[in-house]
Amino acid sequence: MELRKNYFADERKDDLHEIGQSRPRSDAPGHVTGKTAYFADRTFPGLLHLKMVRSPHHHARIKGIDTSEALKHPGVVRVLTAKDIPHNLYTILILIQVGPEDEYVLAEDKVRWKGEAVVAVVAETERAAQEAVDKVKVDYEVLPAVFDMEEALKPGAPLVNEFHPGNFYLYDSGDHRKVRFGDIEKGFAEADHVLEQTYASSPIEQAPTETTGCVVMPEGNDRFTCHTNTQAMFFTLDNTSIILQMPGHKLHMVGGTVGGGFGGKVDVIVEPIAILAARLTGRPVSFIYGRYEEMQISSPRAAEKIIIKDGVMKDGRIVARKVTGYTDAGAYSRHSPYGAQKGAAHYPGPYTVPNVWIDTYCVYTNRTPSSAMRGFGVTIADFALEVQMDKLARLIGMDPLEFRFVNAYRDGDMKAHRQPTTGAALIECMQEASRAANWPVAEKYLQMSSYKGG
Amino acid sequence: MGVAREEKRMAKVPIQFVLNGDEKAEFVESGSTLLKVLREKLGDTSPKGGCHQGTCGTCSVLVDGELRLSCLTLAETCEGASVTTTAGLAEGGVLHPLQRAFQEGFATQCGFCTPGMIMAAKALLDRVPNPTREEVVDAISGNICRCTGYEPIIRAILSAARSNSHHAA
Amino acid sequence: MAIRRGRGVAAINYPTGMNLGGDPSQALVHSTPTGNFMVTLSSVDLGQGLKQVMAQICAETIGVPTEQVIIDTADTDTGPHCMGTFASRGTHRIGNAVVQAAREARQVMLEVAAEALEVNASDLETDGTGNIHVKGAPQKSISIFDTALTAHFKLGRSISGRGMFLVPRSYPEVETGAMKPSTCYAHACTVVDVEVDDETGEVTVVSVKNVFEIGRALNPKMVEQQLVGGSWMGISHALYETTEPYYPSREHGGTDFNEYLMPGPGDLADTEIIVLERPAADGPYGAKGPGEMCANPQIPAVANAVFDAVGVRIDMLPITPERILRALKEQRAA
Repeated sequence: MELRKNYFADERKDDLHEIGQSRPRSDAPGHVTGKTAYFADRTFPGLLHLKMVRSPHHHARIKGIDTSEALKHPGVVRVLTAKDIPHNLYTILILIQVGPEDEYVLAEDKVRWKGEAVVAVVAETERAAQEAVDKVKVDYEVLPAVFDMEEALKPGAPLVNEFHPGNFYLYDSGDHRKVRFGDIEKGFAEADHVLEQTYASSPIEQAPTETTGCVVMPEGNDRFTCHTNTQAMFFTLDNTSIILQMPGHKLHMVGGTVGGGFGGKVDVIVEPIAILAARLTGRPVSFIYGRYEEMQISSPRAAEKIIIKDGVMKDGRIVARKVTGYTDAGAYSRHSPYGAQKGAAHYPGPYTVPNVWIDTYCVYTNRTPSSAMRGFGVTIADFALEVQMDKLARLIGMDPLEFRFVNAYRDGDMKAHRQPTTGAALIECMQEASRAANWPVAEKYLQMSSYKGG
Repeated sequence: MGVAREEKRMAKVPIQFVLNGDEKAEFVESGSTLLKVLREKLGDTSPKGGCHQGTCGTCSVLVDGELRLSCLTLAETCEGASVTTTAGLAEGGVLHPLQRAFQEGFATQCGFCTPGMIMAAKALLDRVPNPTREEVVDAISGNICRCTGYEPIIRAILSAARSNSHHAA
Repeated sequence: MAIRRGRGVAAINYPTGMNLGGDPSQALVHSTPTGNFMVTLSSVDLGQGLKQVMAQICAETIGVPTEQVIIDTADTDTGPHCMGTFASRGTHRIGNAVVQAAREARQVMLEVAAEALEVNASDLETDGTGNIHVKGAPQKSISIFDTALTAHFKLGRSISGRGMFLVPRSYPEVETGAMKPSTCYAHACTVVDVEVDDETGEVTVVSVKNVFEIGRALNPKMVEQQLVGGSWMGISHALYETTEPYYPSREHGGTDFNEYLMPGPGDLADTEIIVLERPAADGPYGAKGPGEMCANPQIPAVANAVFDAVGVRIDMLPITPERILRALKEQRAA
């Protein structure tokens, strides 16, 4: 890695002792000796193991649940169903007033995706728990499912989640988040060329080497210590408090040393049910995802569909950009309404465009609920935007890098969401890339600057 | 004594092996994996359970010098064997050259794959003291790392090999 | 049939912190009797090195070497509230809270030293190695060790501080979408060179050159770790990864590391990382969040390079050999 200090030298002083120094990581000695303690690196006498009975159907009504054979299985200590959960209906961001509560800790009347949790089995060994899981009988009436976002938004589509009529998240702005800036139709009318293209992605797994999990220890005083690999200690504590209707001071979360997250451990999934199991059995309980669960049950990065329509001039200026983005939330919200909204704030990318129209939708389908992942709301948007930039450059016969210089935002430029640009550095990144990759651009672009008027 | 309790006792088998130089003797459930015995019975949590199906390498250990996935190795098959884990590599508080190279080369991030990576690398260096980059790549190709992009790990292993041969010379 | 080379570029920006703000983090700092400093948080280290970065931020602010700072984190019984480690918020949000807490502790420390040296606190400065002295008169000094002892045993004072950082929440205006999503943005530009086998559809990323602007590299080696790993993940996203390869069909989803594909150690591109620093006005020592954006520009750069190589556009991620071959077949038919 090279630090290029010639850029922005006037905005930076090098008078610091500890900052800017590559001090050795304090955690590395623990990592290389195997002594670093992750949540599962503790032993608890009498530890019980929790395994989940999961829906084999994408969408089905639950007509009956029979746990009697599972309860008789040797080693089984407790079986939990929806009625054991004090406040079974939740949504993670209710703490910052992003509702409604739309997801069940354990399924009640219906399952809405293949893999949804229905019954929790707690047993002396992992093996006994897994064997008993296979003995739980759930009587399902299979319902029509919808997997395609466009199909889901059509009238008459199967309703995925009763809290979201029409299969979309209802923002205060309606069925989508909007950004309106300038006059988009005027922009298209003035443009030398108009190009509309559609981009798409499929779900992506965070795939940390350490799977999601927790181990809960009852402290004997009606307090519970939960060793967890959550990315957000108080998201977990506060949501657990709501779900279990327990005052927060009864809950004690311990963690902070995690084997990779990448957004995959921001949901609150394993802790509430494991703490409940510990409370009902009076014994320590472990609930740790297997690799299959990490891959197909834990929330992935959402699939997206993005339609970009641009008006561009022969000289390279983009004069209008209209974006319609769809985020596939799967069956429940989790963090997806937030992610779709973050996309609306991100478009039209790091470029100054005078006329912008953005609609982003959060759509429900019968698949694994999606949620946060590294680059949440932006990663796929950048794929779409930057492939579109390449196509536009080629359409007007301009060098793709020079085309970006023409449109790059600079300090003081007004963004579509009506914040003036500050601290821009796109131009300098491109100048350095031009040099490093030996990608020649005209001298005038090398003389540009991100500073106001530069 | 009830039948269930009798069955439970019958299911235990004695095993004895050497872990990082120390004699260990335990009664374990028949069918227990070496990973489970190391972590839960012997308190050596340096091998990690990233998948329990032999696809991630975080549980890698040496059994009689051979690289093994402890999540797919039955503890009973290690009777009389010598088992080495990352926890046993430092001698008298002095880090093994591989441990030092991983630390100094910033080759650890979350650290979860690190013990398995180091064991895979040790199996290679014990066999091939001066490996090529290709041999290093091949040696760790059964170990998943999601943080580093592998390059710092490859460099750390090559650097450990160099410092080793320097030391020997 | 041939191996064809292509080159692609992409440029991006990325917001630091939770979209629209409203995401607080807090920190507490106190000294031990011998002048070591304890930072108490409830923040999570996912492996990116949050504990180390917070130690360096605290050390810089107080004026002690980093090894004198201990990070005690992620215990909700002791650690003050942190929204969490996500949204590229750790370094920026938590770092700012640590700066504020450390400043308050530093002020008390200087007051105690001033009393011991019988001077004004405003006339004192730290030398960064564990001593406090009068500005312009380094011989008139007291060690931080002795200062802490004085505070604890003679003056009965607590060298401690509280820190809080909250970007006020912004609410989008319903009709126009006027809003303040973020206070600072990181930037990147990536150039990728690929080889595409037009017989098998396989893509080899030969080289990736990344330029990242991240505000301030607080620990350059750790920044490099993030950026190299992120660049790998970007290429992985571009060419390999999905849990639903035939989306929206739910069939054929990978369930383990044999079926869920990522580049292995034998599939690495020659990777170059260049870092620029334009300090963020509200960042701790100018830092922005580098953790997420570093994995984004490679994806479109690879897509554009594939087009440059074989003349087909794959507008659906991931860009698999199957998709390339189908597109090439269509291209030949047309």
